[in-house]
This record gives sequence, C-alpha cells and structure tokens, in this order.
Amino acid sequence: MTLEVLDPTGGEAPAMRQPLPRPASLKGKTVGLLDISKPRGDVFLNHLEEQLNDQGIRTIRFAKPTFTKPAPVDLRQEIASQCDAVIEALAD
Amino acid sequence: MTQTPTIHFGAAEDPIEAMFDRGWSDGLPLVPPTPERVSQMLAGTERSPDEVVATVAPDLVECTVEKVAVNAVMAGCRPEYLPVVLTAVEAACTDEFNIHGVLATTMSVGPIIIVNGPIRKRIGMNSGGNVLGQGNRANMTIGRALQLVIRNVGGGRPGEVDQATLGSPSKLSFCFAEDEEGSPWESLSQERGFSADASTVTLFAGEGPRVIVDQLSRKPESLAKSLAACLMTTGHPKMALAFDTILVVSPEHAARYTGWSKQQLREELQKHLMVDVGRLPSTAIGITTEDKAETKQLPKFRKDGLIIVHAGGTAGLFSSAICGWASGPSGSQHITREIKS
Repeated sequence: MTLEVLDPTGGEAPAMRQPLPRPASLKGKTVGLLDISKPRGDVFLNHLEEQLNDQGIRTIRFAKPTFTKPAPVDLRQEIASQCDAVIEALAD
Repeated sequence: MTQTPTIHFGAAEDPIEAMFDRGWSDGLPLVPPTPERVSQMLAGTERSPDEVVATVAPDLVECTVEKVAVNAVMAGCRPEYLPVVLTAVEAACTDEFNIHGVLATTMSVGPIIIVNGPIRKRIGMNSGGNVLGQGNRANMTIGRALQLVIRNVGGGRPGEVDQATLGSPSKLSFCFAEDEEGSPWESLSQERGFSADASTVTLFAGEGPRVIVDQLSRKPESLAKSLAACLMTTGHPKMALAFDTILVVSPEHAARYTGWSKQQLREELQKHLMVDVGRLPSTAIGITTEDKAETKQLPKFRKDGLIIVHAGGTAGLFSSAICGWASGPSGSQHITREIKS
C-alpha cells in the first residue's frame, strides 16, 4: 500500500545563473567596487582602489543601503551597465 | 480539493525516512502530510486554501494557505494553531522583519514568536513554568511550522543561503506566550496599541535565551541594576544601539515591581544601560563619528529596542535576556500583527 502526501515545497527550482567568465586582463576595463555597508568595508576597498588605480584601471564605487538585504535591482543594473567586473567587499 | 501536487511513497518505503530523504526535515522526524491531515488542518482557518499568504524568501516563492497547512501538519501542529502560523508567516515575510537577512546571516538568530491575547488559552499555549523550554505542543510546533515554511517553500537551508556560523536552538523553534493574567503590567500587544481582546503575534529576530540570576535583591532599584548589568553584555559589553533585546521577567522578579509601571522599570534600567563612548570600538554598529563627537555616553538600546514581557513559573528569582540581531530599518524590525481567524 502506498502513502499519498502533499508536496510541502515551493515546487520551483530557482534559476541558477553562472557568473560571466573572468576577464583575462583588467587593462582598459572598468571595475566596480561594491561596499555591502559592513564596518571597515571602506578600508578594504580604499586599499584595492589604490592598487587598481596605480595600474591605470578605472574604478567606480558603489554601496548597498544595508548589508542585511540583497542589493536592490536598480543598483545591480547600474553596476552591470557601467562596469566590466565587480569586487564585493564583505569586511568586518 | 487541492492545488498542491501530491507524491506517492512506495509500498516498501518508510514515510518518515522518505521525508528525510527528500530534504523536507529540519533534522527531526515529520508527520506525513496526507490529504486527510491537511484537510483537517485547513479546518483551523476560515481563509481560502488558495489564498496567497506571503512571498517567501530566499527563493521568493508565493505561498498559499494550503502550503502553510502542509508544513504545519509536518511540524506536528493541531488545526487550531494554524491561524497563529499563518500570521507568523505573513509577519516574517515583510520587508520590515526581513526573514531573508535573518536566515542568511552568519549570526545565531532565528524568528522568535511571542503570542498575546485570548488565543493563548484557547490553543493551550504555555506562558508559565518552563515557558522557554520543552513540553508544550503549541509552543514547540508553531515555531517549527514557520521554520519549515521557510525551508521547504522559501528554499532556506543551512549551508546554502543560511550561512550561520554557530546557529542557535532558536532556528529550530522558538515560540512562547506572555503571562498576561499574572503580570503587573500591560501586555506587549496592549503596549503596542492592540486591545486586550485581540490576539497577536510579535516576531523578533533573536538568539537563544540566557538566564539572569538575582536571588538577593529585595528592592526594585537593586534588581534593576542586576538586570541592566546582564543586559549590558548582550552582543558585546561595548556595543551600543546595535541589537534589540527581549527581557523576560519571571513572576518572582516582577513581584519586586508592584506599583511600578513597565515604563518606570524601563527608565530605571536605562539609567544603568549607558555605554561609555571612550570604551567603544571604532566600528561599533550604529555609532557614527558624529555621535562620538557630541555624546560622552550612548544608550545600550535604541528607542523601543528593549522589549519587556512577563512569563515563567511562579517559583524562581530568575529572568531571561534574548539578544537580537542588527536592529531597526537597516536589519530586522520586531513587528506585531493581529491574528485573523
């Protein structure tokens, strides 16, 4: 005898997206530096920005409104439209 | 009758093991959600089975009353608990409460449910002895049902979006009722503008409870100093304005405050809950450079950041502190919702 039960799950597999391939070089590229707004994220990103700028790589700074929530869609689109790569700083 | 797909376990399958194998369990055995049991569960609410209750993070899946009922059956709930579970799911999935962040954080917090109003008695919840412990079906299973909805409907599982470093028992089930009848104060829900006739759930993102021992104080001011000294250590003694906290005052401690309003107690505690700015680490959450320049001391808790409730057994000079998570609009806000039938 089989037992019938109701499916407790959402029944949907979330879309999994693969990251874009890493650029072979950052020469001539624009790198977004995303601060998730945790303490000392700015310290880490300042250091990275200095190193990247020293190599002639253009950087743009972004920040999430809060580290506790996913980045807003507008911010993600802004980064995607302006940058070739992004570095996200967790810090602490 | 059902919108929900059904699954048939094979004749040779043990249903309990089959549910573990499908990843539906939080680590404890589940009650098989047969169509009969789910149908009985749905009799606990007047709401339509296909009504969408919430969009559940992290996968942002729309969740119906029926889907909540399926998970409530698995958690071991009785039908009369379902309205509490439904309201808890709705509250958890608001932007204010931010269940996505509460689930995903490396900190040891889970959604804690405090129930107020007549439904506490109607469904047999415990607000007395061992209130934060085991032994009461409603207390144990309502919190578990909420967590199972987040796991199974929302897709929130440890090691995936849930990145807790240590975790906490509050991530399995943490639900209790306030002892309103024995309290010297207005209840938490009345404090928040609800009538005594209203039944409510309050959701708070918090850790497990820690006991506060003071068996010596005889004066209310002395006990307040003890309570404050222990509350100062939540999160970290040097942290200010960071983590909201619940103070559960037991009957014997509350008896020290005969004739005191809850606000008077809060103000008395506040006198001893000031953090020296000089002791603060430079990156303490919630502290801006401006605050440091202008203020020598800052309060441990933000305004409305210390919740006081009355619960517990009638013997024992103990209270309990339940520390929260990143509090306020930038993290999780504790919210109170009225329970609909």
